[in-house]
Amino acid sequence: MDASTSVETHHEPHEHDAAHEHHELGWWRKYIFSTDHKVIGIQYGITGLLFLLIGFSLMMLMRWQLAYPGQALPVIGKWLPHIFGPGSMPDGKMTPDFYNSLGAMHGTIMIFLGVVPLAFAAFGNFVVPLQIGAPDMTFPKVNMASYWALFVGASIMVTSFFVPGGAAKSGWTSYVPLAAISDTGQGYNPIFNGQTLWLIGFIFLITSSLLGAINFITTIIQLRAKGLTWMRLPFFVWSQFVTAFLLVLAFPPLEAAIIMQLMDRVAHTSFFMPSGLIVNGTPLSISGGGSPLLWQHLFWFLGHPEVYVLILPAFGIVAEILANNSRKPLWGYKSLVFSVLVIGFLSFIVWAHHMWMTGMGSAVSAFFQTTTLLISIPSVIILSAFFISLWGGSIRFNVPMLFTIAFLPMFGIGGLTGIPLAFNSADLYLHDTYYIIAHFHYIVAPGTIFGLFAGIYYWFPKATGRKMNDFWGKVHFWPTLICMNVIFLPMFLQGMVGMHRRWYDGGQGWNVANEHTIWGLTGFQWNHPISWAAWIMGLAQIPFIINFFWSIKHGEKVNDNPWEATTLEWTAPSPPPHGNFLTPPVAYRGPYEYSLPGRERDYTMQNEPVEPAERSRRKPAAEPVLVSH
Amino acid sequence: MNNPPDISQDPKEYEEYAHGVQKHVRAYLMVGALLLTFTAITVALSYVDFGTRKANIGIAMLVATLKAGAVALVFMHLAAEKRLIYRILIFTGFFVLGLFWLILLAWYDYPIFK
Amino acid sequence: MEIPYTISTRPDTGLWNAKVGIWLFLASEVMLFGGLFSAYIFLRIDAAPGMWPHGLLNVPVGTMNTAILILSSVTVVLAWASLKMRRYRAYWWYMLATILCGVIFLTVKLAYEWPQKFEHFGAYIKPEALGKYEKYLGNERRTEKGLEPRIEITGHLHSQNAKEYEVALDPVNAEPDNPAMDRPHFFPLPVTDKIATIEKEDVERATMFLPTHSAYFASYFTITGLHGMHVLGGVLVFIYMWLPVSKRLYQRNPEHLANRVEVSGLFWHFVDLIWIFVFPLFYLL
Repeated sequence: MDASTSVETHHEPHEHDAAHEHHELGWWRKYIFSTDHKVIGIQYGITGLLFLLIGFSLMMLMRWQLAYPGQALPVIGKWLPHIFGPGSMPDGKMTPDFYNSLGAMHGTIMIFLGVVPLAFAAFGNFVVPLQIGAPDMTFPKVNMASYWALFVGASIMVTSFFVPGGAAKSGWTSYVPLAAISDTGQGYNPIFNGQTLWLIGFIFLITSSLLGAINFITTIIQLRAKGLTWMRLPFFVWSQFVTAFLLVLAFPPLEAAIIMQLMDRVAHTSFFMPSGLIVNGTPLSISGGGSPLLWQHLFWFLGHPEVYVLILPAFGIVAEILANNSRKPLWGYKSLVFSVLVIGFLSFIVWAHHMWMTGMGSAVSAFFQTTTLLISIPSVIILSAFFISLWGGSIRFNVPMLFTIAFLPMFGIGGLTGIPLAFNSADLYLHDTYYIIAHFHYIVAPGTIFGLFAGIYYWFPKATGRKMNDFWGKVHFWPTLICMNVIFLPMFLQGMVGMHRRWYDGGQGWNVANEHTIWGLTGFQWNHPISWAAWIMGLAQIPFIINFFWSIKHGEKVNDNPWEATTLEWTAPSPPPHGNFLTPPVAYRGPYEYSLPGRERDYTMQNEPVEPAERSRRKPAAEPVLVSH
Repeated sequence: MNNPPDISQDPKEYEEYAHGVQKHVRAYLMVGALLLTFTAITVALSYVDFGTRKANIGIAMLVATLKAGAVALVFMHLAAEKRLIYRILIFTGFFVLGLFWLILLAWYDYPIFK
Repeated sequence: MEIPYTISTRPDTGLWNAKVGIWLFLASEVMLFGGLFSAYIFLRIDAAPGMWPHGLLNVPVGTMNTAILILSSVTVVLAWASLKMRRYRAYWWYMLATILCGVIFLTVKLAYEWPQKFEHFGAYIKPEALGKYEKYLGNERRTEKGLEPRIEITGHLHSQNAKEYEVALDPVNAEPDNPAMDRPHFFPLPVTDKIATIEKEDVERATMFLPTHSAYFASYFTITGLHGMHVLGGVLVFIYMWLPVSKRLYQRNPEHLANRVEVSGLFWHFVDLIWIFVFPLFYLL
């Protein structure tokens, strides 16, 4: 909670304001069980960052096993069994079960405990009310409950590492019947085992997301400042709005599925268990008659919208920073808004493209292939609009902008490599290979996470009143960018050779991984540069961590609007006091009025009234002409 | 129904408003009685053989939908609600039908189940 | 600091915050129960012949519970209307009635219906042994009439040893050839005193009527259990609104309390609405 503690020290200068009644709250109510959206946002942010680090650490462990299968992990390998139990890494050598746990929990932690809390909840909580000129969220207590539900869910997930048998090991998708029978039988507690705790933890995470999402939508609908019409909303607010809808409508079916899998495990029902299952040579004593495919349908009904839950907030962050640092309006604001709405809508009807391998027939395949390809259209519109926004701008290459600019091609690679997967016939070959891993990691790792880093550097001054160090930011950026590509580009090759994503030995014992060389290395050998890049990238995060905590107290002090931005959050003091604005803001113009002709400054904030002289000038197209330069 | 005059306002206006609510109360009681009747009808119909079980299910679901409709329209005030609420519900309805319908389609499209 | 539009409505939407919030929450609830009902549909479509039992639940009790829930929906909307007319006394009584209805519903469910099921026993007979128990199953006549075969013998477990179950039979298995037994009965028929001996080696699976018994009971217990948790949640909220705390809120701002009651009432109606579908799907069809 270091970050929030420090907020206190900078709070004082603004507390002279008498218009906001201010009960003196105790330390616990102010910083731990707070109902203030900014404190909750920071709590979410710290939690999310912590879990991103944990999830990444799990992956760094796995990368050892993939590059050097069966060899003892030097140095830390000796004491890992003391943390994760003797079954995890005896003599520093990873067991298959522990490898599976790491894989399943890496996915779960990164998505549901890292990116969603950070991208959706942290930025949403901190930034959205400020950007729409609201004093807080509509339901502050629900907001607090939402964070604490996440906290409980996260604690359960972490606890699951330390129960006998270790954490869940059936992949982050928990496909049944594998997931329903894993961690059962001798030596496993009926409740306190990895998979059951995973399910229980998940129920809390879903509760948290639902409460948060409902709160966000209501806030955006009800608490927009005077004059802030829908088409004057910053694009970030739009993307959070759509994201919240995805969570509200897509998470409950998964919750239903999780309840059913929990029943399958605890009450021995057969929702997902087919008849005639034989485990270790003995038939299971269950009624049978369930359907494993039903789980896949319900899982991916969330799973696909979830992909957009991960990427849309990053789109929003990128849009803000792009407009701000190219000093010109975002190109095609309206088409961006409609694209994001169309993405939200279509994302509900594409889910079965994760299930081509289940052998569905051609009619339904055709439907889902069509919708999947349709959804690439709005995505391309968004990315193109971002690229065009750069055209002719006077670009400032500060750290948030570097991450933003890097986001664009990285997301582009991730998106375009997804198109072959939309086709049933191509996917049959690429399914569950490293190609898939590379494809979606390009979207969520150098994509979303770059967006998140950009957002952290960008809004850090609003939260603390100080800027993060620019030089160390660049030291963070360049190695991260290079390592990301060294990690994920070769995985496309590995995947096309046919290497399976869940091989425990990294491909050592498989012909396809050793027969062909690509650029001088076999598929298996490519694991070495990839793993080394992953570990170097881990080191490259150290400047960020130090910079983050150091800047809270010692960063360069800046004014309320250090980036000379236009949106309403920059009209509030930094850090904003309880209740945010000294006077309720009024919006008079769109969100990205940069470089308006005839203005002294190159930015015009949303709360600056339109002057009569300006009115006549504004008639012609507000969009700058693309080709004239 | 959304904006009652505050209690401190003009008593005449309040009287009128209270009268309006009183009218609604009658509607609520009637719908309550209707729902109870329909419950009895559902139970009775389930003992009538309509030929196939599918027909029986269809008829029972029809009655249940009517009842649910009455609850939603009158008790939950959906008969006269703001546009925003309708919009939220239209999308929800669309996606929940998508959930049923698409899974069902996928189900019958697996060649192995035929 | 005060959040705008908690009590008054925002002009452009015409709504106050909690109303938007509760409808979004109900939207998510629609999706939640949508997921569960879709599971019900597919399990039922996929059920092997004889694996989807009928007429095992107590219809009069279920009907009574449905009526109670409908009644509580009426009382909660009347409670809200009383608040709108500023009649706190009436509100208080209607609220009490609602709470009582909810409590009765839950008591009937948890103290009567569920335990009764837990005491009931069923043994699925192996396909090759079905002929041996023909006198309890009556499949010859059923096949002739084009009815689903019976593969389970149900009743009360009298006693068992290493080799056999002794079961006091349900009327369906006591007189399997009686055509009256082909259709479910409104009043459940009591278990007969006719005892059948079933050899364990002929039995595929034998269990009480627990969630593990069949896909039918799995979805019955899951859906009614989740629904019961919603009822419990609603009752707790109503108790809070019925306690003296709310009287103070009423005196400070009656409209605020009315809004709270309306929002929780919407939730309660939704719970009622779900039950309207649960009742025929599990009890009648």
